[in-house]
Amino acid sequence: MKEITFAEALNEGIKEEMQRDSSVFCIGEDIGLLGGAFRVTKGLIDIFGSDKIRNAPISEQAIAGFAIGAAMKGMRPIAEFMYIDFMGLAIDQIVNQAAKSRYMFGGKIKVPVVFRTQGGAGRSNAAQHSQSLEAWYYHIPGLKVIMPSNPYDAKGLLKSAIRDDNPIVFIEHKLLYSTKGEVPEEEYTIEIGKADIKRVGSDLTIIATSNMVPKVLSVAQKLEDILDIEVIDPRTLVPLDINTILSSVEKTNKVIIVQEAVRRGGVASDISSYIIEEAFNYLDKPVKIIAGENAVIPFSHVLEMEAIPTEEKIENEIRNFIK
Amino acid sequence: MKSKIRTGIEQKLEFYKKMVTIRKFEEKALELYSRNLIRGSIHMYIGQEAIAVGICSALKKGDMITSTHRGHGHIIAMGGDINRMMAELLGKSTGYCKGRGGSMHIADIDIGVYGANGIVGGGIPIASGLALASVMKGEDNVAVTFLGDGAANQGLLYESLNMSSIWNLPVLFVCENNLYAQTTPSKYTLAGGSIAKRAVAFNIEGIEVDGNDVERVYEVGTYAIDKARSKKRPTLIEAKTYRWKGHWQGDPEPYRTKEELREWMEKCPIKVYKDRLIKEFGVDKKEIEDIENSVEMEVAGAEKFAISSTEPDKSKLLEDIYA
Repeated sequence: MKEITFAEALNEGIKEEMQRDSSVFCIGEDIGLLGGAFRVTKGLIDIFGSDKIRNAPISEQAIAGFAIGAAMKGMRPIAEFMYIDFMGLAIDQIVNQAAKSRYMFGGKIKVPVVFRTQGGAGRSNAAQHSQSLEAWYYHIPGLKVIMPSNPYDAKGLLKSAIRDDNPIVFIEHKLLYSTKGEVPEEEYTIEIGKADIKRVGSDLTIIATSNMVPKVLSVAQKLEDILDIEVIDPRTLVPLDINTILSSVEKTNKVIIVQEAVRRGGVASDISSYIIEEAFNYLDKPVKIIAGENAVIPFSHVLEMEAIPTEEKIENEIRNFIK
Repeated sequence: MKSKIRTGIEQKLEFYKKMVTIRKFEEKALELYSRNLIRGSIHMYIGQEAIAVGICSALKKGDMITSTHRGHGHIIAMGGDINRMMAELLGKSTGYCKGRGGSMHIADIDIGVYGANGIVGGGIPIASGLALASVMKGEDNVAVTFLGDGAANQGLLYESLNMSSIWNLPVLFVCENNLYAQTTPSKYTLAGGSIAKRAVAFNIEGIEVDGNDVERVYEVGTYAIDKARSKKRPTLIEAKTYRWKGHWQGDPEPYRTKEELREWMEKCPIKVYKDRLIKEFGVDKKEIEDIENSVEMEVAGAEKFAISSTEPDKSKLLEDIYA
């Protein structure tokens, strides 16, 4: 095992897949010399050249569309969107073309493209650079949605995403890029559609995604003398491993779902509805959701910390929940 | 760019037959629509046949197109199977897309048709992506994207022209300017008046052509396709034409006069070419009639095939959403 950062893990994943399969290539803004705004493609242009690491103009819609066309003809593009907040510029291509072409054409083609992006708040990047918009893509049949929370999951899932024949929205988090974690020396992949129990427990199930996972794990450790918390990281939102979640709820009888995204219309509400439908008789309490406020993310640090779930907020909500 | 291309009689009759096939297929589709056998909306290519036939006849096997919501003509010109097309229009299981796509989403990858498209301009970057894949794989295929005067105001066209030019992609942009974008005359929406002239900003050659002269379209198409294939440079062709039917079947057409329609019907690409074949190229009237009769029979066969085919299996709703 070796310890590397989340960004390095992604970099390794892309590099390995490009070495393994010549149809894999990257397209995006500033991914060449700079190596990407978050350095995920650092050094790759020196290895693979500018043909395979295609630095594009600021044309999100064309970046998506060109990637989709190339995927239809047998390439496996990784299209990078610097911020998930900018993906709206490409959303027609992603939602109306990539997601639907296979079905609309009667199953005749596949669109094996990975749309890599990052989101999240906490760095005073203000409203247009801090959102968590996974719900938009979660809602579209034809897309898969992946949100890794640590280097091991990031690398394994990105490799699988690249090998997957479907269009995938792979959402990283800007605050996770520098976090470190252990990754095997040897090659590995992680199956898409399998949740991971990050912490086994028996008193309470907490489901968390992306940057909320380390926060929840930290709180769980802090509270371990009063509460044995089981932490589940779905890792992939579509397809969702609802069975792992339901098994946990059946065991603990109490569940909290934590997401950084705005509460309204978020993925947590959807997961909550499945738990209620399928495991109602196992619940001692209603499902609790801890989510971002229905707010426009502020610039001021003080205000920004009010808008998203912090460790402190998560801990207080858990304490209130179990009273 | 003047290169006089000599087409032999065989080729001329092929042009004629293809245009007549498109015309009679569209007329049959209209009839079936009025009998409520076709649901939703259909967008007729009647009046524009010379463009599809002229351009697609200049392509070779392995070349690719993306089409528009008004795509039946392109698909037939590429050699599409009219039985499977008609069955798709009727939503049957034997249709090109198993009844899942309908008129606006017909695709036949084997003959290079990467889909009609329900989003104005949606297919434009996909064609560039197909061209990109061809280049990356070391193939010499060309991609053509059809678009209308309406799509000429979509920003995505300009992103795609720009990126295709900087990356030297073998792609041809064919704009069918039929003077109206849905119900809005383009003379009021096209700043600068010329679509071909917009290409020069991207270092791309823009060529205007009479879209109702099939041999002229073929000539210009051949030039642009050869340039794409050998020089890897894109071209924008603006083909002037007119659509006889409303934007969609049922369009009350308040935006144009009957006189204008009558004038353009006099310039019917099929009627004009038929006269030339007989008067200028000495083709026997009987041979023309034989072609027309044989097409009638083929179209009647398509109607029968479509009507007698079965509906899709209800239990297969979710099939092929994911690969």
